[in-house]
Amino acid sequence: MMSRAFIFLICSLFVFSAAQGKEATLMAEDPVVEARMLDLAKNLRCLVCQNQSLAGSDSDFANDLRREMRDMIDRGMSDQEIIEFMVERFGDFILFNPPVKLTTVLLWFGPLLLLAIGAITLIRVLRRRRQLSEKPLSDDDHRRAAALLKNEKDGESIV
Amino acid sequence: MKRHLRFLLPLVIFLILAAFLGRGLLLNPREVPSPLIDRPAPEFELSRLHNPNLNFSTQEMKGKVWLLNVWASWCVSCRVEHPLLVQLSRDNIVPIIGLDYKDRRSDALAWLDDLGDPYLFSVMDKDGRVGMDYGVYGVPETYVIDKQGIIRYKQIGPVSPGSLQNTILPLVRELQKA
Repeated sequence: MMSRAFIFLICSLFVFSAAQGKEATLMAEDPVVEARMLDLAKNLRCLVCQNQSLAGSDSDFANDLRREMRDMIDRGMSDQEIIEFMVERFGDFILFNPPVKLTTVLLWFGPLLLLAIGAITLIRVLRRRRQLSEKPLSDDDHRRAAALLKNEKDGESIV
Repeated sequence: MKRHLRFLLPLVIFLILAAFLGRGLLLNPREVPSPLIDRPAPEFELSRLHNPNLNFSTQEMKGKVWLLNVWASWCVSCRVEHPLLVQLSRDNIVPIIGLDYKDRRSDALAWLDDLGDPYLFSVMDKDGRVGMDYGVYGVPETYVIDKQGIIRYKQIGPVSPGSLQNTILPLVRELQKA
């Protein structure tokens, strides 16, 4: 009984691996085309795996798009045209490098804006501090300082 | 009073940031907004699943509101939404055309025999080229297309009772009146 279950398990393992086995990933015959395609694919997001690029993913989605990109290169389309093809269908999200647009202005320039706010605040604080220290002492202040100094000389036990 | 406000400012900034980041956490990153919304549905001509000699062109649906449902027999979550689509087709509210995406014909036919066929008809997108034009990246996907052939809504992932009742059907009714 035990052994039958074991054999079944072993067999099912083979079935599984057979189902998992994929045919070798297709590549362009021309290494120049393949290199150009991979260069483009590096900057495009695989929407299925999301944190992988189209160059690095082995999903069907990425395989299909890589095939399409090879075809487009063969047809003589420019890099710009290929990227437009992708954005038209899948949106800006497919780009790892988001374009500068009205909706992405904050994304691009927000950090600079924060830096500017920080710098302005720092300058203002420093300026105010200097103004405070440059204020001349009043007669009252002089008298108090003199009294404190005198105490110290007399007793020398103040510390 | 002014002094207090200055100390409150970092707190306010923190709360705004927290609100934005919190919203970001609640969004589903798998639902990528489609650039095709409010744009003309890409036209295609494909042969029908049940009758491969007969072609279907998107031109034939001009003047009608219809749903394009991308499905496949290998797609697990398609089984989740399928009963809903079957019910919807019985209610006869809106025609559903199936785009059988990267599938084997015999598998697809068996799948429909098994689970019911809610489609007016299905067409075969064997190599997924039409799917690519529609920006399909996760089957199932459902498009609401209006009388002028404009995509008005895209459901990514299985249609749920909620999305059907609250979004798709109200939109379909509104578009049918237009």
